[in-house]
This record gives sequence, C-alpha cells and structure tokens, in this order.
Amino acid sequence: MSQARPLTDTASFLLKGSSFTLTTLQLLTLDYDSLYAQLGYKVGQAPAFFNNTPVVLDIQKVSTVPVEIDFVKLLNIIRQHGLIPVGLRGANPDQTSRALALGLAVLPERVNKETEQTAPLPAGKQPEPKAKNELSSNTKLIMEPVRSGQQIYARGSDLVILASVGAGAEIIADGHIHVYGALRGRALAGVNGFDEARIFCQSLEAELVSVAGQYCVNDDLRKSHWGKSVSITLNGDHLQIQAL
Amino acid sequence: MSNETKKNAEVIVVTSGKGGVGKTTTSAAFSSGLAEQGYRTVVIDFDVGLRNLDLIMGCERRVVYDFINVIQGEATLNQALIKDKRFDNLYILPASQTRDKEALDKDAVGRIIDELKKDFDYIVCDSPAGIESGALMALYYADHAIVVTNPEVSSVRDSDRILGILSSRSKRAEEGRDRIKEFLLITRYSPSRVAKGEMLSVKDVQEILSVPLLGVIPESKAVLKASNEGVPVILNKDSDAGQAYEDCVKRFLGKEIPMRFTEKVGFFQRLFGAATE
Repeated sequence: MSQARPLTDTASFLLKGSSFTLTTLQLLTLDYDSLYAQLGYKVGQAPAFFNNTPVVLDIQKVSTVPVEIDFVKLLNIIRQHGLIPVGLRGANPDQTSRALALGLAVLPERVNKETEQTAPLPAGKQPEPKAKNELSSNTKLIMEPVRSGQQIYARGSDLVILASVGAGAEIIADGHIHVYGALRGRALAGVNGFDEARIFCQSLEAELVSVAGQYCVNDDLRKSHWGKSVSITLNGDHLQIQAL
Repeated sequence: MSNETKKNAEVIVVTSGKGGVGKTTTSAAFSSGLAEQGYRTVVIDFDVGLRNLDLIMGCERRVVYDFINVIQGEATLNQALIKDKRFDNLYILPASQTRDKEALDKDAVGRIIDELKKDFDYIVCDSPAGIESGALMALYYADHAIVVTNPEVSSVRDSDRILGILSSRSKRAEEGRDRIKEFLLITRYSPSRVAKGEMLSVKDVQEILSVPLLGVIPESKAVLKASNEGVPVILNKDSDAGQAYEDCVKRFLGKEIPMRFTEKVGFFQRLFGAATE
C-alpha cells in the first residue's frame, strides 16, 4: 500500500478524540455459576437499563488468582445477559494478549485507589461512571469575587463561589459549579467529560457557559432566564436552562 | 498638628487599569488634601517617560532630578524632592521624561519608599495606566489602593482587572500579610446622564466591583482649569469636584461624610446655590 497517497479524493473518515462514560463490571470471583446467577438477578431488576449496554470488564481483583481466567466463558455470560463487552482492564500481560485475540480492547488502569467496601458485593456491582469522571469530595470554595482576567480550576471536584464572577473571568470545574452571586464571566463545568455536571447561579449574565464541552454564548443565553437564578444542565447535545 | 505617637507611614497607590480616568488628577488632589489636613505627604510619579504629575502640581519649572536619577544613584532623595508651593508638608518626586520604565528596579524602589517612610506620614504613588511593569511597580509596596473608575463599561472592566492584580501581585500578597485595603473612587460622574439611562449609576458600579466606595467626583469644568493652571482641583473650594475630593480625603481619614454630587441638581437648586462649576 502506498504511503504517499495524494489526497485528491474527498476524505472518507475523520479521526477525533471523544470521551464516553462506560459501565465497568468488576469481577470479584471466578465462580462462573455464581456470576451467571447474580448477574441475571441484577439485570432482571432493570432490563431496559442493561440491555445492549457496553461494559468494560475489570479483572484487577482476580488477575492474581492462580487459575487461568476462561475469557470465552466470561464473555458469553456477559453477552447472554444483554451486555456488550467492549474492553478489558486490570489484566496482566498474558491475559492482555488473550483478550486481544478475542477482539477485546485493553483499556488503561485507574489512577486512584478505589475505597474498599466492607460488605462483599455481588458480582456485577451497581453501575456507576468511572474513569475520567472520578470526583473527590474536596469542593473548592472561593469566598471573594472572581476578578476579570482570573482563572479558577477545581480539579477533580465541584466549585462553589460565594460572590460574583466578573466579566472576563473564567471558572472551570471537573464537577458542578455553584455561583452565589452574578455569573458574568465564563463557566465551564464537567470539563473532563462528566456530562451530568450542572452550573448554578443567582443571576445569569454569563459570557459563555459549557457542560462537558457543549457551550452556549451570551447572545443565545440572553434569550431566556437572563439575569435570573438558574441551573444549567446538559440534555443530550444541547444545554437546558431552568429557573431555580 | 501634634502627633504624640507617630504611626507607621502608609503607602497609597492611585491606580485604575484604564487610562485617562483621573489618576493623576486624583493623586494631586488627594495628596494636597492630606497635606492640608496636616499630614506630611509625598506624591511620586511612577509614569516614567510620560510624566505629568509635575504639570498638575504646578512644579514643572523646578524639576532638576527625578525618580530614576535617585534609583540609579545619580542624585539623593533630598535633591530630587520638590517642595510644593502651597503646603510646607507636601513634596513631589517627579518621574523621568527621557528614560523608560525598564529603569525602575523593584528593590531600589523599595529602598526609596523605606527612606521616605522615615520622614512622611503618607506616600501617594501615582500609577501609570495598564497592567504592565510600571503599574505593577506602583502598586507593589502599597497598603491602600484607590481604584479610580469612570462610570463606563470599559473602565469598570479594567478596574475589575486591576483589583484582581492588587490581590495577587503586591508585596503584601506575596508575603501572605493582610491584603491591600481597596477603595473605589468614581470620577467624571454625571447624575443627569445617569437619570437618562446613558451612564452607569454608583450602585451599578458598586455592584459589579464589590469594593468600598471612597467617593464620587462629578464631571466638572474645574478639572481642566486646574490642570492648565497647575493648581490641584481640591484647592478650588468653590468647585463641585474640589469639594468632592475634600470629602474623599476626610472619609479616608475616618470621618463619616454623606455622598454629595450623586443626585441630579434641580433648576432651583442650580439657581440658588449648589456648586456646579
């Protein structure tokens, strides 16, 4: 295949970076029968939710078990319950190559240690957003006006501002943003892909607001709820503004 | 005035971000006002290369040495300081006109300010416009800041910016001491234009900037007259602007004085007494 192919044809694809929230199924034992039964019970509780849901299989907790993992059997169990396995995580090199041979993508490790739960969880724990959407509980609290030209970033947490945000200022958070005052600058919530992030303010006068990358500018914001107390959420691919 | 216990000298920076809003007019008026109230005051022009404090103070014909000469050791502080014609306790340290602001050195400025603190009660620093080195140097050693703002959107935006810089780029901020005490001074205020909805009101500006209000100086023909004559406007006791500046100085020194010149003057008031010119 020629490497120096001139681009005379119209492009047939585009490569883009996107972020997704994916459910992780963290395997705790290699008791396949128990897994089958418990997963069936779990899925049965909310079949519509689980049907055709992509899952990442996390085998970190069982990867050191001396018995070899039967990936074929595991993937079958998952698929039989309507879930679609798309990737693997927490595998050692041998498990990784076997997974790749089966067409599973191998995804990166988690950065932070998970907090240990005291009660044993059934296999197939409660689905929750993981990966980039990990939030710590340390909310960043700012008690003075944010001045024009200043930039505040709450990494891995929510941001609460107990004053107004000036025009020309930027407030950014991985989580939610609360402004107990007028929001006149730019506010960007859920910047690492957390699309359930919200922006709250007492008076909407912003230059730009954004949730998980979807933004809305001053011109469009003026059309509704301008100057009022609002909460801003992401609804599909557009921002929804509601009165508080 | 007798000072039984001398309190520490205080540095006041007059700044704004935006150019042309009335910093030099204010520096001249404020320092004259402090001297008039009995305090030993020195006012320094930090606008190297574009000096005009000396013109507004009326001492441009007596400038021999300037701030940069002192920084570079070419003259002593005593040689450069110019005594004001009207007040014995007021001195001016003019800026250089021929050099540029690169000649300002933070440590040297610090040493000069420490030297001045021995002999003066108040050191007023007239900042240049902008947020670059000249303005940063003027605010660095400040204890108080008077943020001069016109009731107009771009001036308010720039004042907001300079307020952010005051809270992070001063010596006090770097050393983790108490922050600079900031005051808002609204200049060129026209109550009639505010009433027509053409101009931001005092309340609008305060709401955006959230800083204590020192005073409101009305738009006044007296200001141009004062510049031309080289007499700080506060000395024109018949003018509205002069009186407003005097109120500001007294407020700064702790007196409670109600705001004047913020309401529209009616026809009969104008006829029978309220100062307008």
